[in-house]
Amino acid sequence: MIKGNIHSTETFGSVDGPGVRFLIFLQGCSMRCRYCHNADTWSTRENRLMTAEELLDTAERYRSYWGDDGGITVSGGEPLLQIGFLIELFREAKRRGINTCLDTSGQPFTRKEPFFSRFCELLEYTDLIMADIKHIDENEHRALTGHGNKNILDMLGFLSSENKPVWIRHVLVPGITDNDEYLRRTRSFIETLTNVEKIEVLPYHSLGAYKWNELGVPYTLEGVMPPSPERTATAGRILRGEE
Amino acid sequence: MLACIPEEITKKAWRGFTGRKWQEDINVREFIQNNYTMYDGDESFLEGPTEATDKLWGRLQELQKEERAKGGVLECETEVVSSLTSYGPGYIDESLKDLEQIVGLQTDKPLKRAFMPYGGIKMAEQAAATYGYQVNPALIKVFNEYHKTHNQAVFDAYTPEMKRARHSHVITGLPDTYGRGRIVGDYRRVALYGLDYLIKMKKKDLFYCGGINMSEEHIRLREEIAEQIRALNGMKEMASIYGFDISEPAKNAKEAVQWLYFGYLAAIKTQNGAAMSVGRISTFLDIYIQRDLQEGTITEKEAQELIDHLVLKFRMVKFARIPSYNELFSGDPVWATLEMAGIGMDGRHMVTKNDFRFLHTLENMGPSPEPNLTVLYSHRLPEPFKRYAARISVNTSSIQYENDGVMRPVWGDDYSICCCVSATQTGKEIQFFGARANLAKCLIYALNGGVEVTTGEQVGPEIAPVTTEYLEYDEVMHKFNAMMSWLVELYVNTLNLIHYMHDKYYYESAEMALIDTYTRRTFATGIAGFSHVVDSLCAIKYAKVKPIRNDDGLIVDYEIEGDFPRYGNDDERADEIAIWLLKAFMKKVREHHTYRNSEPTTSILTITSNVVYGKATGATPDGRKSGAPFAPGANPAYGAEKNGLLASLNSVAKLPYEFALDGISNTQTISPDALGHTDEDRADNLWHILDGYFKKGAHHLNVNVFGVDKLKDCMEHPEKPEYANFTIRVSGYAVKFIDLTREQQLDVIARSEHRVL
Repeated sequence: MIKGNIHSTETFGSVDGPGVRFLIFLQGCSMRCRYCHNADTWSTRENRLMTAEELLDTAERYRSYWGDDGGITVSGGEPLLQIGFLIELFREAKRRGINTCLDTSGQPFTRKEPFFSRFCELLEYTDLIMADIKHIDENEHRALTGHGNKNILDMLGFLSSENKPVWIRHVLVPGITDNDEYLRRTRSFIETLTNVEKIEVLPYHSLGAYKWNELGVPYTLEGVMPPSPERTATAGRILRGEE
Repeated sequence: MLACIPEEITKKAWRGFTGRKWQEDINVREFIQNNYTMYDGDESFLEGPTEATDKLWGRLQELQKEERAKGGVLECETEVVSSLTSYGPGYIDESLKDLEQIVGLQTDKPLKRAFMPYGGIKMAEQAAATYGYQVNPALIKVFNEYHKTHNQAVFDAYTPEMKRARHSHVITGLPDTYGRGRIVGDYRRVALYGLDYLIKMKKKDLFYCGGINMSEEHIRLREEIAEQIRALNGMKEMASIYGFDISEPAKNAKEAVQWLYFGYLAAIKTQNGAAMSVGRISTFLDIYIQRDLQEGTITEKEAQELIDHLVLKFRMVKFARIPSYNELFSGDPVWATLEMAGIGMDGRHMVTKNDFRFLHTLENMGPSPEPNLTVLYSHRLPEPFKRYAARISVNTSSIQYENDGVMRPVWGDDYSICCCVSATQTGKEIQFFGARANLAKCLIYALNGGVEVTTGEQVGPEIAPVTTEYLEYDEVMHKFNAMMSWLVELYVNTLNLIHYMHDKYYYESAEMALIDTYTRRTFATGIAGFSHVVDSLCAIKYAKVKPIRNDDGLIVDYEIEGDFPRYGNDDERADEIAIWLLKAFMKKVREHHTYRNSEPTTSILTITSNVVYGKATGATPDGRKSGAPFAPGANPAYGAEKNGLLASLNSVAKLPYEFALDGISNTQTISPDALGHTDEDRADNLWHILDGYFKKGAHHLNVNVFGVDKLKDCMEHPEKPEYANFTIRVSGYAVKFIDLTREQQLDVIARSEHRVL
């Protein structure tokens, strides 16, 4: 049995997928997004090792709060870095009748084996995927996260061809993604997809900046203010094709 | 049928109503079950405020503003002793009086506080003096020299040990200077039967009481029934002052609301109890409104207006209090608690349109702490109602939820909430309540051989103090158990004495007149400092706790080495100790004789007194500093919750309600961002949380939805208009945030807020 390397869990999640959800944050991510508010999840060193059974036993203590819509959401870090464990976790979750949601950046995605077959198996046990489009522009994406976005957009295309339900999330950062042209390009891309159920714009916030300091890594967005609620709403309308 | 009221009267008043038993005897529950109309729809039928409502509420808000500007009290009575008939009619505004659909004030003027000396003349005098009013010395003389008060009687009988415990705050909040409250008259009886019949029935009880064996018990009861009959006659006279004859049953919705309100008005004119609940009136009144709607004699707009105006009256209930009382129960609460929803014994839900109307008052007239709106919750309530209640919670933070699923098996389907969270069978039961045992202080006494660390005084029994370098779990438990036994015995005895005197000198004749003569009685104790004792015992068991002693050898602080589980994380190790503590306390209470053969219960409920209790209590082995506030009610300690909201809720839900039938209060504040991105999501997530929590057998939840930033801004800028009615839920009730003391505002802000990054 594979053990997952867990960063932490949260018993009450209400904005990471439908309904009330138990959140599992996996340890480790290779992206280095400048606005990351969970920088403490980057490192792949061993943190808390748990089996799928153990995690789900814990999660099920909160099952009475989930109703018909809720369930578990796995986030991170980047969960797809532990895809073997993820398959075990979601397979067991489905066996128990638990709704599963994967919150991913898509960065590990590739059509190469052995990843691709495993990813396809994972999809069998996944009810919803929440995917971040960090930046629509390849160069800007690289500057923002340290990686290109081609494979990420490819993953979204693949999920669309598989007709797997997807929520798109996009963090609005003044000076980086908060730009009408980029937003419209993102919209154009989303229009190529047929499986998107929801599009959310999350305003940038700096509440996780202290974690960078704790890691001794300079935080490069110092002084960047969160976008106004009005601007966030406008960006949402653009991404949803309403403006 | 042996109808209890002449047919020519009931033909009109009870037209269209069905059922038999309630027509033959007083039985409001039976009336409700036979006649209410379930409502499964949503809120779309609701109507906005009428022009009259806007004007009256506007005027009342002006008065409330004046009241605040004058330091919290608009005016105090100094010449008239409050009684059912001591005042002529009073209105919100003389020039608007024709707009008031429902009339009746406690005094002759709105928000004027009555002079109520029977609980204690010193308190009544001080309360007025605090706000610059001098009570007529002749009245003071009367109540010092010619008429004994409850307060004087209690102090005549207190033992030195009781006085020490009272002074050291190991028992705090004893109702020995004001009305004990928590007695809910069945005010619906006034509407359903009219006073003549109620008087007739009480006369019958008087006739048969003590006929064979005139024991002391019977003599007391005979005197009490006679008092009740006098009060019922007084109620009739009080109504006639406003131009109403309530001898006969109400004939339509407007009369039903008015008659019922007169019953409640009688209570608040004669008693200044800490809690003056209204009771379970929503479903009852809906029956009258529904009949009028069907007959076409009332419109929905008019129906809403009746409820709005009734609620306006509940928002105006005031008592004169002294500063130390306000510190204990902050924000001028009266606990005009009012219930809705629930499930009937036959399995039908009891949600009616009126439940929507009462919640809708929070939209029509904005948020308000009173009445203390309480939803008797079940996952089986219709979804549109759950969603609407949750939406109002998200927008106003003015509702509390209690689990009908755990209360119904114990109290049936016609219970009211008699204080903040405590159930009582309406019209069938009364409660002897008072104070809380400070178990955190009790633990410190156990360590220090019964000596109060803040004064060096010997308050508890002189058991051997702990002398080891580190606290040993077994030894501490042994000593704590012994100390708790002492405290419980003293506490129960003190309450016995207080309630004896209250019955004798401040009997609630108006409320008791609307309750069965042969009533069930419960005896409600309470616990303070719960989570700190649990965490302290956990620290001693799972970490190493080194006591720090002062020069006198008393333990005054602690060094904790290592980590330990804490209550509030769904961690069995800590939660087991929490369950043990509750059961141990309750079992000890049960060992003692309780006044008038009442049934003992307990609560984990502190109101806002958690601040005052904490202030008077030294450091505890869980790391809580001397004087720091306790967590309120059954809430986990500040900062203890590490696994999120649901883990915290799971811990509280494990406490067995059967051992705390007086209630287990839990208050949670959730930031809107953590509850969902849209209002719709927030409401849906909230009722799912309630479903989950109550399915686990939990008892009560106060829900606040706002961010800490708003609280901070409100504390710094109370003058902003948007904060005038900004209401928050605290342990068991709601307050306007600007009415809290700064200390309590800071306490509320410090409490953990559940948010997700």
